[in-house]
Amino acid sequence: MIDDAPDRKSIRIDLQLIADMIEPNTRVLDAGCGNGTLLDYLWHFKQVDGRGIEISTDGVKACVSSGLSVIQGDVETDLKDYPDKSFDYVVLSQTLQAMHNPKEVLHQLTRIGKRAIVSFPNFGYWRYRLYILLKGRMPVSDSIPYQWYDTPNIHFCTIDDFQMLAEEMGLSIEKRLFLGGGLLPNAGGITGVFANLFGEHAVYMLKK
Amino acid sequence: MKNDQDSLPGAGPGKTPETGANNGAHPGFFVRLGETEPLKLDSGVELKGIDVAYQVYGELNADKSNAILVCHALTGDHFVAGTHPQTGKPGWWKDIVGPGLTVDTDRYFVICPNILGGCMGTTGPKETNPDSGKPWALDFPVISIGDMVRAQKLLIDHLGIETLFAVIGGSMGGMQVLEWASQYPEKVFAAVPIATAARHSAQNIAFHEVGRQAIMADPDWCNGAYLEQGKNPNRGLAVARMAAHITYLSEAALTRKFGRKLQNRDQVTWGFEADFQVESYLRHQGITFVDRFDANSYLYITRAMDYFDLAERFDGVLANAFLKTPVRFCVISFTSDWLYPTRENREIVHALTAAGANVSFVEIESDKGHDAFLLDEPEFHKVFEGFLEGCAEHRGLRRKS
Repeated sequence: MIDDAPDRKSIRIDLQLIADMIEPNTRVLDAGCGNGTLLDYLWHFKQVDGRGIEISTDGVKACVSSGLSVIQGDVETDLKDYPDKSFDYVVLSQTLQAMHNPKEVLHQLTRIGKRAIVSFPNFGYWRYRLYILLKGRMPVSDSIPYQWYDTPNIHFCTIDDFQMLAEEMGLSIEKRLFLGGGLLPNAGGITGVFANLFGEHAVYMLKK
Repeated sequence: MKNDQDSLPGAGPGKTPETGANNGAHPGFFVRLGETEPLKLDSGVELKGIDVAYQVYGELNADKSNAILVCHALTGDHFVAGTHPQTGKPGWWKDIVGPGLTVDTDRYFVICPNILGGCMGTTGPKETNPDSGKPWALDFPVISIGDMVRAQKLLIDHLGIETLFAVIGGSMGGMQVLEWASQYPEKVFAAVPIATAARHSAQNIAFHEVGRQAIMADPDWCNGAYLEQGKNPNRGLAVARMAAHITYLSEAALTRKFGRKLQNRDQVTWGFEADFQVESYLRHQGITFVDRFDANSYLYITRAMDYFDLAERFDGVLANAFLKTPVRFCVISFTSDWLYPTRENREIVHALTAAGANVSFVEIESDKGHDAFLLDEPEFHKVFEGFLEGCAEHRGLRRKS
C-alpha cells in the first residue's frame, strides 16, 4: 500500500532475494505480481518504474487500488505484446511451474527484459524425494500446499532440469541463489551439486 | 447572446455567476471559442466561432495541476455532479464526482464540457446557424470524436491549463479520453478510458442505425427541419432511446429487475398495452428522454461514434496512436458489458502495452451491463480512486488528509 510503506523485513524471503538483485531506478515488469508486494517494495525502496501482470481479479484490484501499474492478464498470452528489451528486468516469481508452456514463457521473459529473474520451487529438494520414496504420494508441504488434483502447479522441475533448459535455450545464467529448507541456513550459501538436493527454492538471473 | 464568464477558473458551482449573461436558458458556463481561428473538422469543413457550455466543480490550485477533464457519453451533458438544473435529478456521475468521492472535488478541479454536436448549449444542430439565422439542423457539418476533443482543447487553453491531471470518461467519453491521449499526450498526465473501444464495432454501428432510422422515419422529423416547423420527432426519438437502452443493460440485469412480471395487472390483456414491467420501463425511458434531448443531435453524435476508429490514421496499428506516450493509463471494463465488452477494452490495453505505455487494466465483476460505469459499483470506485491516488503521488499533488 502506498499509504503504508512496507517494512523492509515484511516481504517474503524469496521476494527479498529478488529485490536485492534489482538495481535502483530501473524498469521492472513483474509477471504474475499477485497483490503487488514486490512492485510496491521496489517502488518505495528502489524507486523502480514497475509494471505488473496478474491473472486474479482480486490481485489486480489490490494492486491498482494501491497505485501500482498492473494489468489484468495472462502471462502465457499477454507477454507477446511487449516490445523487445522494454524492461531492465522481468520477474517471474514462483509462477513458472504453473505455466502451460514454461519454455515459451522463458523465451518471452528474456526477450522483453534485458535480464529475467525467475524463482521456482525445486522438485529435486531432498524432502520431496523422501516424501515420494517413503509415502509413495505426490509431495504436499508448506511451500507446495496443493493436492495433485487441484494444484495450479502443472510443470514442476528440478534445479538441474531448469539449468538444462536454460542451456538448451542459449540463456546465460548471471546469478543464482538457493534457499535451503529446515536443515540448512536460509541464505544463498548452497552451491554446485548440492543445490539440486538441498535447495528448496531457486532464484536465477538470466540473460539472452 | 452567450457571454464568456471571465470569473473562471476557480469558481465552484455555488459561486457560478449565471445571472443574465445567458438569458437563463442554459445554466452553467459558456464561452465562445475559435473565432479568430476556425476549428478544422475531420470532414474538411471549418467551423468558425463555436459556443462551449461547461460546468466546473472544486477549485483550481495555484499551479493549475489538479484539473480533471470529464468527457461525457452519448446522451450525457456537462452536469456531472450536484443537481441537474433542468431535470432536477442528480448529475449523471453522482456516485463518482463530488466532495469526498472517487473524483474528489475537495481536491480536484473538475471540468466537464458539453460536447460539440450536443444539445445542452454547445454548438450543435439545435443551435442557430449564424449564416441563416435558423437552427443548423442538417446543415450542421458531420463531426467526429476527434473534433469534439479539439473543441475541448480550445476550452482547456482558454482556461489557461497547461496540463490536465487526468482525462476521464466512459463509453463515448472513453473514446474522447483515447483521442486526448493520442492527440495531446503532453497535455494529459493520466487517462482513464472506461467501458469503451478504440473503434466502433459493426454491431454497435448496427444498433445506432436502428436508432437513426427510427428518428428519420418519424414524419415529425421533417427532414431534420422540425424546429423550424414547430414539431419534434418524439416517437422516433423515443424508439431510438428504447432500443439503445436495452444495449446499456444486460440480460441478467433485466431478469433481476423485471423478469416476466406484469405491470399493475394480474394477467396479460391479449393486446398491445405495456403488459410487462420491462415494456413499461422502456416506454418511460423513451418518453422522458425526448424532453431533454434533440433528435438531430442524436443523429450526429451516433454518427461520430460510428466513424470512430483511432487506428485508422495510424495505418491500422492502434499502438502507433500511443508511441512513446508519457500518459499513465487505467483501462476499466465490466464483465456483463456487451456493448463495449472486455475484449474490446483489452485491445486498447494490448496496443498500449505494445507502445510501451504505463497502463493498468481491471475488469470489474458486475451484472449491470454497460451502465455499470454510471452506477454504484464499489469495486470500480475503489480501483478508480486508487489509480488516481497513485497518479497524484507521482504528480506531487497533496495527499488526502
